[in-house]
Amino acid sequence: MTSTPRAGGRPRVRGGYHEGRFALLLLLPAAVVVFGVVLWPVVRTLVVSLYDVDSAMPGDYPFVGIDNYVQVFQDDRFYSVLGHTMYFTLVSTFLELSLGIAVALLLNAPLRARWLWRSIVVLPWALPTIVNGALWRWIYNGQYGALNGLLDTLGISQTPTQWLGEPFLALNMVIIADVWKNTSIVVFFILAGLQTIPSDLYEAARVDGAGPWRAFWRLTIPMLAPSIAVVLILRTIEAFKVFDIIYVMTGGGPASGTQTVAFYTYLQAFSNQLFGYGAALAYLIVLAVFALAMAYLRILRQNEMAGVE
Amino acid sequence: MRPSRAYLVWIHVAAVVMALVVLAPFAWLVISSISPSSELLSPHPHWWPDHPTLERYRAIFSSGGGDDVAANFRAAMINSFVVATATTVVSLVVGVLGGYAFARLRFRFRRTSLLAFLAIYMLPPIALVIPLYLALANLGLLDTKIGLVITYGSIVTPFCLWTMSNYFLSLPAGLEEAARVDGASRMGALFWVILPLARPGILTTGMFGFLLAWDEFLYALIFTSSTDAKTIPVAIAEFTGKHSSDFGLIAAGGVLATIPPVILALVFQRYIVGGLTSGAVKG
Repeated sequence: MTSTPRAGGRPRVRGGYHEGRFALLLLLPAAVVVFGVVLWPVVRTLVVSLYDVDSAMPGDYPFVGIDNYVQVFQDDRFYSVLGHTMYFTLVSTFLELSLGIAVALLLNAPLRARWLWRSIVVLPWALPTIVNGALWRWIYNGQYGALNGLLDTLGISQTPTQWLGEPFLALNMVIIADVWKNTSIVVFFILAGLQTIPSDLYEAARVDGAGPWRAFWRLTIPMLAPSIAVVLILRTIEAFKVFDIIYVMTGGGPASGTQTVAFYTYLQAFSNQLFGYGAALAYLIVLAVFALAMAYLRILRQNEMAGVE
Repeated sequence: MRPSRAYLVWIHVAAVVMALVVLAPFAWLVISSISPSSELLSPHPHWWPDHPTLERYRAIFSSGGGDDVAANFRAAMINSFVVATATTVVSLVVGVLGGYAFARLRFRFRRTSLLAFLAIYMLPPIALVIPLYLALANLGLLDTKIGLVITYGSIVTPFCLWTMSNYFLSLPAGLEEAARVDGASRMGALFWVILPLARPGILTTGMFGFLLAWDEFLYALIFTSSTDAKTIPVAIAEFTGKHSSDFGLIAAGGVLATIPPVILALVFQRYIVGGLTSGAVKG
């Protein structure tokens, strides 16, 4: 699922449809299902972003050109939510990747009952995002939460902490909940990458006198580079779109401290009815995501050309 | 070289620690769901309930209709099942056909159209949700399961297309030619030769698609308002906001919402690695 398919076997037998017409016939249903739904909204959002739409009612709204976009960049709150989003993205992606590599190496080691450990690691990935958010919100609960209870039981701290009570602390606690869930899929990406490294390379490194630490930095990490790049970009795109876990855990609070760009867009459009402004914000997210996606595709193509096998 | 004994002990200890970190929150979810409220709301947590109760599960499965929260959860589970299953079936059918075209046929704008499908998959839902809302309202499809299936199809289909196309590439080339030399039409070769061989890929892709639809939140949040179409993530989020301290019932709903994806993930576990590898390596 991570690279562009190439056109395969060239049929030598002619007859029936032309290849192009057959392709059209096969692709038409998918095109209808996807573009029939999405095309109009994509255009419509772009149009709305150029008007000063401030209610859900249809009507004549003044055309303001790129004013909404200009406004975004003059909006202090936008920079603050952008800051949260960047922080969320950098920290969660970094943690997911480092933990993911560590766990993947562990799962690749000669463990007994390897299937059991792998089955355990897959579980957080399967947990629905909203359930994950609700669960961690409960664990962090200042009065009855398991986290305070655990600190108490272990004799570490008796004074309960309001984990979601302060903006910066809350943002970090949401990141922990996100990392706990999403490291899972990163592990499987890295594991797939690890299994493509031929084991005789390690033999060779050992013969050359490289210790495990050196082999890790000089051999494993470079060989994993393509997988790491893919994970980095996919996780970054996801983090840019992060909404669900914020919605259920903190509702953007306290003091807007956990609002991300996607959540702020939602608030502007649906709570403040600033649809024009919200549409402009949404298009800026689209631009950011597409820039990342282009980088992603470029890396895939490089991998393909380098013949990563 | 045989690994040393100390090394083996060390990695097993690490694996146990990892398992604890992963499993503890799950355990707490299950324990909370069977703990009576009085114990959940005690100043010191009861790590294991003195009086475990299955009352909440009973309520979800058998309580009467109306505005009752447990009945809401049950309706939401059913909605989620219907919507995710219908979405998966539709997306698989059109995605398998389209994926085959991308993998095996040569035609104009092949790369461009594949990128267009991918771009749709990458679009943040927040960018489409407002006009989609208005469109569904015009069609009278707000708060209906059909409305959700139509919307979800536009996300899950590009995913199926992409994964299936990679899967078809992993099948040996020349199968169609052999079938066609034997007199089969293009369509016949696809249906009688390729699709039966692609069954594992189709099943795995279907599982991923089901999980995507099962997990979706933003569209369902905006488009649904009653038990007619509300999905389980929406029901849980709503209840979490309203009664944040009554976690027992949320936990029971959460456990039920987690069972189907966990079963799928465990059954298809080995394909998660396999699927990713075939995508990354066979390109």
